[in-house]
Amino acid sequence: MKPVLEVKGLSKNFGGLRALNDVDLTIHQGEIVALIGPNGAGKTTFFNCITGIYVPTEGSVTLHKGEQAIVLNGKKPHEVTALGMARTFQNIRLFPDMTVLENVMVGRHCRTKAGIIGALLRDPITRAETQDSIDKSYALLESVNLHEVYHETARNLSYGAQRRLEIARAMATEPQVLLLDEPAAGMNPQETRELEGLVQQIREQNELSILLIEHDMGMVMSMSDRIYVMEYGSRIAAGTPAEIRSNPQVIKAYLGEGDYA
Amino acid sequence: MQRILKSALVALWFMVLTFPLLAIKINPVSKTVSWHFDRVAMLAVGIFVLALGWDWCFSRKNRGLPVFSLPQNITARMSAIANNMALRRASLFFIVGALVAMPLTSSLYQTNIMISALLYVMLALGLNIVVGLAGQLVLGYAAFYAVGAYTYGILFQHFGLGFWACLPLGGVFAVLFGLGLGFPVLRLRGDYLAIVTLGFGEIVRLSLQNWSDLTGGPAGIANIPRPGLFGVDLSLEGSTTYIYYLVLAAVFLTVLVIGRLRNSRVGLALKALREDEIACEAMGINLMRIKLSAFALGSCWAGFAGVIFAAKTTFINPSSFTFMDSCMILSMVVLGGMGSISGVAIAAMILILAPEYLRAFSEYRMLIFGLIMVLMMIFRPQGLVSGEKLTYRISALLAKGKGGAA
Repeated sequence: MKPVLEVKGLSKNFGGLRALNDVDLTIHQGEIVALIGPNGAGKTTFFNCITGIYVPTEGSVTLHKGEQAIVLNGKKPHEVTALGMARTFQNIRLFPDMTVLENVMVGRHCRTKAGIIGALLRDPITRAETQDSIDKSYALLESVNLHEVYHETARNLSYGAQRRLEIARAMATEPQVLLLDEPAAGMNPQETRELEGLVQQIREQNELSILLIEHDMGMVMSMSDRIYVMEYGSRIAAGTPAEIRSNPQVIKAYLGEGDYA
Repeated sequence: MQRILKSALVALWFMVLTFPLLAIKINPVSKTVSWHFDRVAMLAVGIFVLALGWDWCFSRKNRGLPVFSLPQNITARMSAIANNMALRRASLFFIVGALVAMPLTSSLYQTNIMISALLYVMLALGLNIVVGLAGQLVLGYAAFYAVGAYTYGILFQHFGLGFWACLPLGGVFAVLFGLGLGFPVLRLRGDYLAIVTLGFGEIVRLSLQNWSDLTGGPAGIANIPRPGLFGVDLSLEGSTTYIYYLVLAAVFLTVLVIGRLRNSRVGLALKALREDEIACEAMGINLMRIKLSAFALGSCWAGFAGVIFAAKTTFINPSSFTFMDSCMILSMVVLGGMGSISGVAIAAMILILAPEYLRAFSEYRMLIFGLIMVLMMIFRPQGLVSGEKLTYRISALLAKGKGGAA
C-alpha cells in the first residue's frame, strides 16, 4: 500500500505551551485510521495543523497525489481543501441559515469555476456547471439519506442529521483524505451504528482514506485499520486495534496507574 | 388580571413622574397656581392602554405567536395570492409601469423626490451585498457614495470630463476605495470591522472637507453639469425627467445584477462567508478573494449612485455624506431584511419617501424613526422580507416527476 498522507515530526507551540510534540502519522490508500486520546491530548490541534488552520511550528505534512508529493505546510486552508483534504468539525460548523442543498453546494466551490462575469451573463457553460453542481450535491445528499429534506434550513435538522450533512458537505469537495473530528459525538448507539455503516460505505464508494478522531471506543475498534494514540501532545502508541487494546501505556493513559484492574 | 394590575402600576408610576410637569401650572405674574388633574387622568388612561397593549404583544411574542394574526382563512387566501405567479407578474408589471409613467404624470417636485428615493434604493441594494449577503458590517458606506460624487465633481472641474465618461469611472474609483478598505480589514469581523469602517467613512468625509485645493473644502463643488443627451439642450424639467429614467434604469440593472449574483456560485460563497468564516475556508473558498469581492461588488453601486447624485443636484459638498447617511442606508438593509432584494427596496422607499410626504410631522421624524426601529427589532428582527429560499431544479427529481406522469 502506498501512503496518501505523511506527517513527520509535527509540533505546535502556543506561546510556551507545546500542544503537539513531534507527532508522526501515515495514512495509506483506502485506510481508516483513528486518532484517539484523552481530552486535551492535541487531536484537534493536529487536525487544525494539517488542514492549514494553524501553521505548525515544526515538521512536515505531505500529501501524495499520484506520483506527486505535495508539501502542505504553510498552505492556506482553502488550498489544502482544493488539493484533496476535507474535514468536518468537532462542534458542528454548518451554514445554519442556508438550505441543506446549499450547504453541500458550497462544498462544490473549489471544484467549480464560474466567476462574477459568468454569474451575470448566465452563459450556457455557467448554467451547465451550476446544474451539475446541484445534481452532484443532491446525489451526495441521497448517499447520506438527507435528500428528502434538501430544501430545509440546515439549523432545523436534528443533531445526527447535521453531522451527516457535514460529512456530505466535506465529500462535495472530492477529497482524497477525509478528516472526521468526533463524528459520533452526541449520538445515541443506534445513530452511531448507522454512522459507522455510512463511513464504510463512503470509503468503499469513493476509494478514499479516512482519518478519524473519536471517543466512542466501540466505533474506533470496529472500524479502524490502525490506531494512533496521543497524550499530552505526543504520540504514545500506534498499531492495530488488537495491539492498542493490550498496550500498557494506552491503558495507563486512559485509566491511570494503580492496581484497580 | 395580573396584567391589568401591572399596567395600572405603570400608569400610576407615570402619573407620579409627570405630576409636576403636567398638573401644576404656576403663573408667575399673578402668582397663582392652577391645577390640571384632568391632564394627569388622561395621561394615566393613555399609558394604561399602551402598557396593556405592550404587555399583550410581549406575551404573544414569548409564546412564539405572531403579534398580529389574521383569521386562518384570510392568511390562507393571502398566501395563495402571494404564490399566484400570474398575479405576481401582473403586480410587478404594474409597479414597473407606475415607476416608468411617474415623471409624466407628476410634478417636478415629486419627480425629484422619487429620484433621491431611487438613488437610496440603489445604495441600499449595494450595501445589501456587503452586509446582507456577505455579512460584513460596514458603517461607512456613504464614503463610497462620496467617492462616486466627487469623482464626477473633480474630474469635471479639473479635466472637463462629462457625465458619461465619469459614470463608469465613479464605479471604478469606488471599487478601488472598496478594495483599499478591504485589504486592511481582511482579518477583522463583527464589531471591530464596524468600527474600522466607521473610521474610514469619517476619514473620507474629513479629507473632502479639508483638502480645499482638490475638493473645494466645505463649500464643495458647484455647477456640475447635468447629463447630456446627444448634445440636446434640455430644460430643467426635461433633464430631471431624463435623470429620473437614468436612475430607474440603474436601479433595474442593480436588481438584475444582484438577483443573478445571489443565485450564483459567488453568491453562495458570499452567504457561506456570512454564516461561518472558518467552515467557509475549510470548504475551499478563498477567504481573501471572496471578502474583497464582497467589498468591490458592494462599493461599485455606491460609486454609480454618487455620480448620478452629483449630476442631479449639480452641487456637492461633504455634508451630504455623513455618518448619518451611512446609518440610514444600513437601516434600510436591516429593516428590509438582510439579503432580500424586494424588502430592502421597499424599506429604502419608505425611509426616504415617508419623511417627504409627512412634512407636517417633520419635528417628530427622528422620534418616529427611532420608534419604528425599536419595534421592528423587538417584534420582527429579521426585517420586512425574510426567509426567502431559492429554489433549485434537481434533474433527478424532475426525471422522476416525468416518469411518474408518463
